[in-house]
Amino acid sequence: MKGGTEKLEVIVLLKQVPSTESFVGISENGLSVKTDDVKWVINPYDEFAVEEALRVKEAHGGSVTILSTGPEKAVEAIRTALAMGADKGILINDPAALNCDGLQTAKILAAVIKNMPFDLIVAGQRAVDGDNYMVGSAVAELLNIPAVTMVMKETIADGKITCSRTVEGGMVVVEAPLPVLITTQRGLNEPRYASLPGIMKAKKKPLEIKSLKDIGLDAAGIGAPKTKIISLKYPPERKGGKMIAGETAAEKAKALVKALHEEAKVV
Amino acid sequence: MSCGVLAIAEQVNGVFRKVTYEALSEGRRIADGLGCGISVAVIGSGIKSNSESLGKYGADRILVADDAVFEEFMTDTYTNVVAGIVTKEKPCVIILGASSRGRDLAARLSARLDSPLAMDCVAVRIDAGNVVVTRPMYGGKILAEITLEGEPRIIAVRPNAMKITESQKPGAVEVVAPDKGVTALKFIEKKLDTGKIELTEADVVVSGGRGMGGPDYSAIEKLAGILGGAVGASRSAVDEGWRPHSDQVGQTGKVVSPNLYIACGISGAIQHLAGMSSSKVIVAINKDPEAPVFAKSDYGIAGDLFEIVPLITEEIKKVKGI
Repeated sequence: MKGGTEKLEVIVLLKQVPSTESFVGISENGLSVKTDDVKWVINPYDEFAVEEALRVKEAHGGSVTILSTGPEKAVEAIRTALAMGADKGILINDPAALNCDGLQTAKILAAVIKNMPFDLIVAGQRAVDGDNYMVGSAVAELLNIPAVTMVMKETIADGKITCSRTVEGGMVVVEAPLPVLITTQRGLNEPRYASLPGIMKAKKKPLEIKSLKDIGLDAAGIGAPKTKIISLKYPPERKGGKMIAGETAAEKAKALVKALHEEAKVV
Repeated sequence: MSCGVLAIAEQVNGVFRKVTYEALSEGRRIADGLGCGISVAVIGSGIKSNSESLGKYGADRILVADDAVFEEFMTDTYTNVVAGIVTKEKPCVIILGASSRGRDLAARLSARLDSPLAMDCVAVRIDAGNVVVTRPMYGGKILAEITLEGEPRIIAVRPNAMKITESQKPGAVEVVAPDKGVTALKFIEKKLDTGKIELTEADVVVSGGRGMGGPDYSAIEKLAGILGGAVGASRSAVDEGWRPHSDQVGQTGKVVSPNLYIACGISGAIQHLAGMSSSKVIVAINKDPEAPVFAKSDYGIAGDLFEIVPLITEEIKKVKGI
């Protein structure tokens, strides 16, 4: 039985993404995005995951491992999580793993985790670049463990986790035995900032960079991508931007409702 | 191509969610495009008689798994059941709603069946016998067209994106009893606010931002109320504690696609603009005539929202004859 007074091994799945304030441009080939000018950050939902993992460790003891797959610069995101208080980091960095779809990413992460001790995996509900809402659940499936997504609150006791998760129109409370994977929902916690001593300590914490071969996978192990982007576009521009004129607020309100009723036909 | 489309219904307390009809209608269009039939799988407790209504939205066959243990959606149980149905039916396309529950099921199925998944699709077309989906990325900043390699192709459709079409088909109900399999999740309780309209499913969303100046959203609530819509908020309003997290619209909150989106006192941070960009008609009300939100809207009013919003509410009452 895990939980209670027993220490917990926690793994956080983390992705480095362009900040949500960034403009994301489409490359000339129309198939990928331009990332030269974007600011890279920890995926906001993964920040909640790091924070929750640290709180579990503070309550139960144990350790927090940050696991990511991505380019070499993803090391910065892992270091930030280490500076927040995580114990060690693992980055899977391999040319064959750079343009993976969600399922391939899940296969890579699951292959690493299979050889690690763990009681709890915490992931963001989605990464705000691909918006796939997929990797967490898929990792749990590949590891054959339960998952609870979009968690707003969790408590661990007697080898079980009890989670309040959001659904459309409210909340559902679910219980699951450890080991388990949960994904985060906004409101779960308020992520801490890395302190200056934290940043200094993080420089000395272990951070392993591994290839697919190092984790016993090859191209066949992750398969070919099953989703293929054939074009990228910006959402259609609004032709209007039509400013409603009027001498008074009442005139403007009347003109707007007239337009919504007669022209746009949405009222 | 031997084929077949399988739609998966979503019900809560025996009532189908709107996205079920959207997914089924779109599934019917896909089936017609591929020249095949469509079945819909319904999983729940005491849902057999309700299921018959799904023929109206184009289902040729209705596969009902009715058992007391299916009362509440538990991802592992439902995945086992759907995987069982898939093994037997061998569909080439699986279509379902990208709701919180639908997303869990879709992701798990994709991993179990080693099948391609496109989440949150807003459009589907058939191109030379192949299925091409459109889905937003980066919170709606970019729209990607995607093909899915391998079968079954799993298509999770964003609520409010697909048109509901009635097209009566036989809709013969067949009872199925797939293996419930090993399950670990245990339902404890649920707290649903049935009176509240879900943001992602609302036809109208009225959102308030920093310009609200505080937690008093009564003007916005009244306007949303008269339109039968939901209230949303910008990240800064949520960060200020004026509105709950569940109301946040944007790249780090909910991405919405209503018929009408009214942004009040929202200047237009890029991540908010992304989250509202797939709305059909956008209205912005802001006191700063230079606010970036106006360029991303169909109609704009420069002025004091506290003065204008109640006047709009009154005008709408007149139009609706209330």
